[in-house]
Amino acid sequence: MMPKKTVNYNQVELMASVAAKMLENDKSVLVGTGLPVLATMLAQRTNAPNILIMYEAGGIGSQASVVPVSVGESRTFYHGIAASSMHDVMSALQGGFVDYGFLGAAQIDMYGNINTTVIGDYDIPKVRLPGSGGGNDAGSLCFKTIILMKQDTKRFVKKLDFMTTPGYLTGPGAREKVGLPQNTGPYRVISQLGVYGFDNNTKKMMLLSTHPNVSIEEIKENCSFELTIPVNVETSKEPSDQELKILRQIDPMKLVIGK
Amino acid sequence: MLKVEIIEEGQGQLVGFRDPDENRSWVLDNKSRTPEDKRMSAQEAVSKFIKPGDFIASGGFGHVRVSMAIIYEIIRQKKQNLIMAGKTAVHDIDLLVAAGCVDKVEVAYSFGHELRGLSNASRRAVQTGKCKVVSEISNAAYQWRFLAGMMGIPFIPSRVLLGTDTFKKSSAKIINCPFTNKPLTLIPSCNPDVAIIHVHRCDKYGNAQIDGALIEDFELSHASRRLIVTTEKVTPHRKTRLKPWRTSIPFYYVDAVVEVPYGAHPCQMPMEYFFDEDHISEWLKLSKTDDGVKEYLEKYVYSVNSFDQYLRLIGGQRKLNRLKKMEMTTGWKAEVK
Repeated sequence: MMPKKTVNYNQVELMASVAAKMLENDKSVLVGTGLPVLATMLAQRTNAPNILIMYEAGGIGSQASVVPVSVGESRTFYHGIAASSMHDVMSALQGGFVDYGFLGAAQIDMYGNINTTVIGDYDIPKVRLPGSGGGNDAGSLCFKTIILMKQDTKRFVKKLDFMTTPGYLTGPGAREKVGLPQNTGPYRVISQLGVYGFDNNTKKMMLLSTHPNVSIEEIKENCSFELTIPVNVETSKEPSDQELKILRQIDPMKLVIGK
Repeated sequence: MLKVEIIEEGQGQLVGFRDPDENRSWVLDNKSRTPEDKRMSAQEAVSKFIKPGDFIASGGFGHVRVSMAIIYEIIRQKKQNLIMAGKTAVHDIDLLVAAGCVDKVEVAYSFGHELRGLSNASRRAVQTGKCKVVSEISNAAYQWRFLAGMMGIPFIPSRVLLGTDTFKKSSAKIINCPFTNKPLTLIPSCNPDVAIIHVHRCDKYGNAQIDGALIEDFELSHASRRLIVTTEKVTPHRKTRLKPWRTSIPFYYVDAVVEVPYGAHPCQMPMEYFFDEDHISEWLKLSKTDDGVKEYLEKYVYSVNSFDQYLRLIGGQRKLNRLKKMEMTTGWKAEVK
């Protein structure tokens, strides 16, 4: 194992910075609570100033300068273009107006299906988690879903305890077969160790880049299913000082970044 | 000819569903079209309109614009066996489950406090079987249940839930669409027995205005059989008529108007006052144990007779002024210091 270099950022800041770079300017994004908000607000201040931010409770186009504590609170429409309703935002998703869905997850499998409902047996749960929230909606309806989550063998699993939100289900063609909108599905998974995409032919999760100072061995050790590992794997970019400065400005209480 | 068939049925319990004809006839018998003065106390509204076993839904979203005055009153009156819509129900449902008022939930998002972590008390209740999750659903599907409910139709088609365990545990059904022949989810309508919604202003008849995002309160208020509106302020009726486009909930949907300034505390009232993080933390800390839950409820609910008395306990006008200021600076104005 490589010796760990001391760095001036934590895992959350790294993940936010990597995620922010994925968002393209002039696209729309449905943002889930926590880390997705931080990443999107960073993108809004760097590579995607015109990103159209949508929150499920009705906030559209927020220009808040501090991360909202809740995806329903007043910062979600601060200096925005609309404070509408969940019906309005969810209809925009279903109608094809939303490019990216930005989600968190407790468990993920090789096809990008995710669990946010329960750990253990459904009827006698070990841990009852919040449930779908807007997760199933974003994962079903947005063109490209980006999932931000912690990686270890209990989280990157062979079989989910519960499939809350659809990824590619059982493989190529499965989404269309069950009636999900065409050309939708998971696009990227970002963990504290690396970035993953999905192989076009198999729809299985594929390593795209490892974060700085992370080995491919470490990636494999922290994953319970077989990852597709291509010959060329890039190294993710470290957050710049400027990005770190912005992240700490938009989360001054360190609600997401952590203390 | 294309034959429409049910492809799959969710196995979750169907709650809050009414045959539209049955609901129309209930509405005809019970919902007055006469503007009447509906002002009453929280105590009166809860004892009059919430019965044991009712299916209830609380407005707002998470810790935002929730009618906490009514939540506390339900606990105080020890209402039991309530079924609750877990439609991003966070602080409200956590307290109601902890107090033993709610023992069944249909879950879109519950048992979490968003960034503040998981709910200790209600999670414990689910994990030990004291509270039962009767079905799963997503946020979009839940508000579409209310949309179908307000439209007086039995279901609404949509393209969520497909292919997942969330569907399997839901009360929805999948058919092949008669127009496209593709699989389509039918989401059953929902007409809750009672909804409780906190608003910015309302006249004495119940014509209510909400500032900021409506979330799903437009659909929920119109779909519910009984509707208790709590309001920061009761405003003169002539003000409603000056700006009728501001009315989100017209009076004929409303059964009770309860004036409760700061009635959403410790939740946020957009553009009015911020989350009381001290109070929310106190609950999250105490709710780690059953004894802590008892201590909290005794201190803030059972030994208190009115919402005013509760407000004095949480720090009185000084604290409230600070929360108002915070909403205008760190909250709504969102200025980084």
